[in-house]
Amino acid sequence: MTTHAATPQPSYLVDTGSRKGLLAWLTSTDHKRVGVLYLVSMLSFFFVGVGIGFVMRLVQLTPFQHLITARTYNALFTVHGVIMIFLFVIPGLPAVFGNFFLPILIGAKDVAFPRLNLASWYFFMIGATLAVLSLFTGGGAPDTGWTFYAPFSLKTGTNVSLAVFGAFVLGFSSMLTGINFITTIHRLRAPGMKWFRMPLMCWALYSTSWIQLLATPILAITLVLVILERFFGIGIFDPAKGGDPLLYQHLFWIYSHPAVYIMILPAMGAITEIIPTFAKRTIFGYKAIAFSSMAIAGVGSLVWAHHMFTSGMSNLATMIFSLLTMIVAVPSAIKVFNWVATLYKGSIDFQPPLLFALTFIFLFAIGGLTGVMQGALAINVHIHDTYFIVGHFHYVMFGGTGFAFFAALLYWFPKMFGKMYSKKAIYAAWFPMFIGFNMLYFGMLILGMMGMPRRYFVHLPQFHTMHVVATVGSWFLVLGLLAFFGTLLYALFKGEKAEDNPWGGVTLEWTIPSPPPKENFDTIPTITHGPYHFEQESQ
Amino acid sequence: MSEHADLNTVQQPEHPAEHPGYGTFIKVWVALLILTAGLVGMSHVSQTYAVWGLLTMTPLKAGLVFYFFMHLKYEGPLLKIVILVTLGTLLIFFALLFSDVAFH
Ligand code: HEM
Ligand SMILES: [Cu+2]
Repeated sequence: MTTHAATPQPSYLVDTGSRKGLLAWLTSTDHKRVGVLYLVSMLSFFFVGVGIGFVMRLVQLTPFQHLITARTYNALFTVHGVIMIFLFVIPGLPAVFGNFFLPILIGAKDVAFPRLNLASWYFFMIGATLAVLSLFTGGGAPDTGWTFYAPFSLKTGTNVSLAVFGAFVLGFSSMLTGINFITTIHRLRAPGMKWFRMPLMCWALYSTSWIQLLATPILAITLVLVILERFFGIGIFDPAKGGDPLLYQHLFWIYSHPAVYIMILPAMGAITEIIPTFAKRTIFGYKAIAFSSMAIAGVGSLVWAHHMFTSGMSNLATMIFSLLTMIVAVPSAIKVFNWVATLYKGSIDFQPPLLFALTFIFLFAIGGLTGVMQGALAINVHIHDTYFIVGHFHYVMFGGTGFAFFAALLYWFPKMFGKMYSKKAIYAAWFPMFIGFNMLYFGMLILGMMGMPRRYFVHLPQFHTMHVVATVGSWFLVLGLLAFFGTLLYALFKGEKAEDNPWGGVTLEWTIPSPPPKENFDTIPTITHGPYHFEQESQ
Repeated sequence: MSEHADLNTVQQPEHPAEHPGYGTFIKVWVALLILTAGLVGMSHVSQTYAVWGLLTMTPLKAGLVFYFFMHLKYEGPLLKIVILVTLGTLLIFFALLFSDVAFH
């Protein structure tokens, strides 16, 4: 804590310790560096997942094809799902932007447990490595789908055990991050940073962390039971041994439905930061947004069996879970209304992050509404296990979390790396992304309504036209993604230097240099007002 | 144990000074053994008995372990509340699960 700016601190990107280069990064406990480690590793996995998705769409370009076997197709969608879910959308925003920005947003120098934070990244990498290893060892790539449903997952000769163990290790990464963020928010807020003065991203991360901490152990135990059952035949899930396969589905979804809120809550948090900055006015309904995050985390934990309506569950349970599912849509809708109300009568400064945030709202609304459709029992019987489901979850996870991730990256990239990208190139990349996305996934919604089942490697001729539309859409989408990340990569090395506050934001990260100095702040700030305090408004 | 006792009372004034002796521990242990024997016995009667046995005796056993071995009895109210909330949550999960299992 030297006196202000006498000797400015070096940026976090500069190696000041005895270690240099890669080694300095791999041993750094600086929350910003850990965030960047996550960013790089996660985007690498993301592109592997995109590649596999691209291949699956190519396979569907013709009704009956001989390029790959059914077994290979099964392995492809399993690996695609495992990578995208466990390595990209679940850790996505908390691990990258949560790590990088949570301490800065609340005026702290680091997270509460910096070493544990680095350890989480190592758990993440070990889990990911094990999952990747499972593709090439044992009986070959798992073919169960990312859900590992029993009894098939107990019987298949593919290497399910290793993949499941990988997911188990990844769970530790998630739980440790959760503990770390909860403690950070409770203990390290700057003086005057009261709970209701925190930027809403912090509320989103806070509610997410609780889910990470409380729900992940359930998945961990379930996965251990699968492994035990595979090796020792203990008969918990195997009906042949008196076990109950529905119990597996219950346990799996008790974690995995809350996990969809691990994916979406921080995404909503990022959008809630972006919108006030470009509307140049305070957020509409601060407390409603904060509490709706907590409500989603709470009620969202009680809806899991809406994945099991057609599985032979009791009628009573289907009715209860259908009702609860409808209820959870309410707090989600509250947020959408608050964002729109914030934009209303704002003085809008249209920039790439806002474009992606608006795209998020549009795509997420389609995803959420199709979710409510699926929550209705009668409709669910018709569309369960069809492409409609695949369309729905891509709208929420890719259109929602994915696009929010891109929006957050565009918003914070200049702060993280001190470089500005070409806005024109980003707008140009947006077009094929948006068009391709909707061709691909709206096509799937239609296919599902027509009756095309999911996870089939061939399709009947009557589904052919929409499959072609979807595949061509996937080409546009991939093109757009390449252009998007190409632009950012170019900016990273050749971009112009970014200003400290390129967007006119008012939260704490915009008060410090770009890229941030090692300790974030020269002196810890004292907070005297709420987070979205724009001067224009008070005039 | 006795040399730590006054340290504890200094740091946590709400901590009662008396600590359970070995006598309590052994009594609890015997109770656990009896409950286990009861559980095994019930599981031999019929499956229904086994399930009810599991549902009643295991929580009782866990409760004893929490209360005495894990010192819950000697903790402050905050920790007790946290544990009650956890148990409440678990109960909601069980109730929802049983809305399926009990009406298959
Ligand atoms: C308004 C909110 C939402 C509602 C009402 C809703 C409802 C549903 C329902 C009822 C299903 C089961 C359909 C079936 O298999 O028959 C489902 C599937 C799914 N949802 Fe949602 N959902 C919502 C939001 C989300 C979000 C935010 C995500 C992720 C970010 C998500 C991810 C998924 C996934 C991954 C599946 C399919 C899982 C699988 O079978 O592989 N949903 N949703
Ligand atoms: Cu769900």
